[in-house]
Amino acid sequence: MSSFDAHRYRAEFPNLRINVHGKPLVYLDNAATTLKPRCVVDAVNAYYVTGVSNVHRGVHFLSEQATAAFEYSRQVVRQFLHAPKAHEIIFTKGATESLNLVAQSFGRQFLKKGDEIIISYMEHHSNIVPWQMLCEQAGCVLKVIPINERGEIIFEEYLKLLSRKTRLVAVVWVSNSLGTVNPIKAVIDQAHRRGAVVVIDAAQGVTHAPTNVQELDCDFLAFSGHKVLGPTGVGVLYGKEKWLEAMPPYQGGGDMIKSVTFSKTLYNALPYKFEAGTPPIAEVIGLRSALEFLQTINWEGMKAYKQELLDYGTQKLLSIDGVRLIGTARDKTSILSFVVDGIHPHDLGTIVDQDGVAIRTGHHCTQPVMEFFKVPATARASLAFYNTKEEIDVLAGAVVRAKEVFHA
Amino acid sequence: MREELYQQTILEHNRNPRNFKKLEGATHVAEGYNPLCGDHLWVYMKINGGVIEEASFEGSGCAISKASASMMTASLKGRTMAEAQVLFDEFHQLVIGELKPDERPHHLGKLAVFSGIWQYPARVKCASLGWHTMHGALEKTKSVSTE
Repeated sequence: MSSFDAHRYRAEFPNLRINVHGKPLVYLDNAATTLKPRCVVDAVNAYYVTGVSNVHRGVHFLSEQATAAFEYSRQVVRQFLHAPKAHEIIFTKGATESLNLVAQSFGRQFLKKGDEIIISYMEHHSNIVPWQMLCEQAGCVLKVIPINERGEIIFEEYLKLLSRKTRLVAVVWVSNSLGTVNPIKAVIDQAHRRGAVVVIDAAQGVTHAPTNVQELDCDFLAFSGHKVLGPTGVGVLYGKEKWLEAMPPYQGGGDMIKSVTFSKTLYNALPYKFEAGTPPIAEVIGLRSALEFLQTINWEGMKAYKQELLDYGTQKLLSIDGVRLIGTARDKTSILSFVVDGIHPHDLGTIVDQDGVAIRTGHHCTQPVMEFFKVPATARASLAFYNTKEEIDVLAGAVVRAKEVFHA
Repeated sequence: MREELYQQTILEHNRNPRNFKKLEGATHVAEGYNPLCGDHLWVYMKINGGVIEEASFEGSGCAISKASASMMTASLKGRTMAEAQVLFDEFHQLVIGELKPDERPHHLGKLAVFSGIWQYPARVKCASLGWHTMHGALEKTKSVSTE
């Protein structure tokens, strides 16, 4: 039994206090989006109530204050990722935009016809489609690392796919539909030996373990604010300075320029070159609070506690007749994807919702994974550090009730 | 309090779907697919002189989509194409909550069991999939998709 006190943290999440259909909310959909601690809500609120201003524009008090807060957030993100330089942190609207930025800006600049891009079978659609689009535009070839029955990438197959033609490898750190934790350090090292650039989708990874982009030595890393306790509408792209400097802007507009004339426009320096238009200011400020909140947590304790929840949930669900887990990787985060014999995941989702339990049902934007495991969809309980064993009991009880309804 | 979605009739049709087969000699066929949840079905009809002599479906999906398609095929048999169109319109209004079966005359019969589904917005598309597919078959559209 770990000494991690989930209840102490639960008090910080106002959303946990609501009732759903007359029952206390049991929120087990953290891989879709996490709940927000009060400090994040307060920070966003404070900006809108007393601090509204645009950034990098005015010389007035509010504008200078907002700009300072905005740029301080960049420092906090830099520390969170252990990035060498603050201007290597680009604010986007989410991990999806971060990945699209790399595909369009880096990809179209540096990849040419015949170059190969490697992704894995378990990628989220947001780390598949941008590369497919690039392949169509630039004539590159997409290669896919296969997975095994446990839902792990087959590393030997990855090594076989790597070649002189490999220009870029884009792989997810932690799978959102299977919970698999990929050996990204080894993935990165092998790619670098071949001179390929590596993009890490860290949307689920950044809450799983501390992120150190210098140790990983990844070239790019993307994550979303709303999956790390922060607001929706903000995401981050980390990129190595040498690449970001060499890349053309992703979008044109205000803030990303030094000067504009009709004959010649000079682009702004990093990171502003990639932040066209008014950024999500309130959200960036909220993200800072989220990351500061996370930094008050003992991550070793949190990791052990989530492992305990995962083990308990695994055992609890498997004790129910007809339940099958999808994703049984040896290194796994606290995500339980499962199917129940005789009950379609959507029916299951609706029935457990009646007991106040929020789980995700569907293909989780990973259709190839569903196809691999020959299921149309799964039910997914994704556990955060503020979840408890009692909540897993409520889920298990609701699954049993669904079986009774369906005589399954 | 929302109306119970999984009423006995629906559960029963899910367990024992009627006309759950490919129809040999069908004159009208369409495929329906909901990419969001993976529900995938085919609707077959044998139409003679404007009358639906037989209707069937096959495929896979959740209980709501299966029961809805099952009850639909049962209620289509013997109807004219024009009547099927009326039924399609009424069912559509029913599942979005615009038609209250107790408040005005309709032709829905047992299909009124879906009257509470508008309270489950995420599931409306499940109940509609078979119907949209049938509608596509009537109009000879090969494949329809609901999201």
